[in-house]
Amino acid sequence: MKNSDWPLWEVFIRSKQGLNHKHAGSLRAADAEMAIENARDVYTRRSEGISIWVVESNQVHASDPSDMDSLFEPSNTKVYRHPTFYEVPDGITHM
Amino acid sequence: MEQKFTQEELEKRFQDKIDKDIRIEPNDWMPDAYRKTLVRQISQHAHSEIVGMLPEGNWITRAPNLRRKAVLLAKVQDEAGHGLYLYSAVETLGTDREETIDDLHTGKAKYSSIFNYPTVSWADMGAIGWLVDGAAIMNQVPLCRCSYGPYARAMVRVCKEESFHQRQGFEIMTTLANGTPEQKEMAQDALNRFWWPSLMMFGPNDDESPNSAQSMKWKVKRFSNDELRQMFVDATVPQAELIGLTVPDKDIKFNKETGHYDFGEINWDEFWDVVKGNGPCNEDRVNTRRAAKENGEWVREAATAYAEKRRLKVAG
Repeated sequence: MKNSDWPLWEVFIRSKQGLNHKHAGSLRAADAEMAIENARDVYTRRSEGISIWVVESNQVHASDPSDMDSLFEPSNTKVYRHPTFYEVPDGITHM
Repeated sequence: MEQKFTQEELEKRFQDKIDKDIRIEPNDWMPDAYRKTLVRQISQHAHSEIVGMLPEGNWITRAPNLRRKAVLLAKVQDEAGHGLYLYSAVETLGTDREETIDDLHTGKAKYSSIFNYPTVSWADMGAIGWLVDGAAIMNQVPLCRCSYGPYARAMVRVCKEESFHQRQGFEIMTTLANGTPEQKEMAQDALNRFWWPSLMMFGPNDDESPNSAQSMKWKVKRFSNDELRQMFVDATVPQAELIGLTVPDKDIKFNKETGHYDFGEINWDEFWDVVKGNGPCNEDRVNTRRAAKENGEWVREAATAYAEKRRLKVAG
């Protein structure tokens, strides 16, 4: 029996009510319940969170880093996507 | 996409990123030597956290009072967590976790030599927190800016958690140093035994450390061994003086010209001897780790069987 037979889990922590879960790290565990218990011991010993998600790492699909330039090109030609592109007459507030 | 670049172009793009302080992430292209260096360094670091639990674990049941015991337990528990963060970081480089751990058990992988010294008195808990964690923090703070993302992120977490480790050690030393003559003597004795091995934790002198230049170029390392060692000496000597203890080095002297403390020659024969496995506790430490894995095997098997059983039940 190898420990590495246990799946790898990605751990996401909600630090407080109202905020989103954020990736904290990973760990190995036999099942989801154990992954949550271990994540609680490893990642929330100093009030770092109030809620935990665990996801098996092999269920995460990622973009290819070599596509970064084309996927995340800043679209600088599309300035009209930003509010500063538009002219607002003097005297207009709350817009 | 990567096929369209030659090896040289890939290496150039990689180094450009490093020079611009852009972090490298697991799926990014990296030179084999960079990957290999990181695997070696991060796994050694992970092993050090795990083996580092043993000298302190030795005193948990014999801590002088409940407060000290709770603190020591919390510290050792942190170290287990730090080992886990680091083993996870190694895994992002495409290694097998169990193989990494087995490399420690077969003696193929190294860990910090400081943990091959015994902890013979309670004062050693003070000396370890103050000096060994102090030296580790000196090393780890710059690693928070290491070029490899997962390692840097693990270090941020470790440094945040470790900030109490050094303080609790110094508190133990201060209490003993202000206690009875026998207690003060215990504190001095612990300082005497742990001072030089702590200086050795920073590794060989710069001119004896052939891989350092490459690690600096890759921004895996931000300061040289000797620079970090000097920072540690400068920070620690006044702390010893403040609590009335004497650093066991007759050559320690503040140098007004350089603004640093001069200190004596390190016994590098002892350092290499302990690295090679001949320290007082090398065999004991590795045997303890190996036994922990072997004795825990039935627990891991049972957990796997239980998980499988539940999976089948859910599947109906």
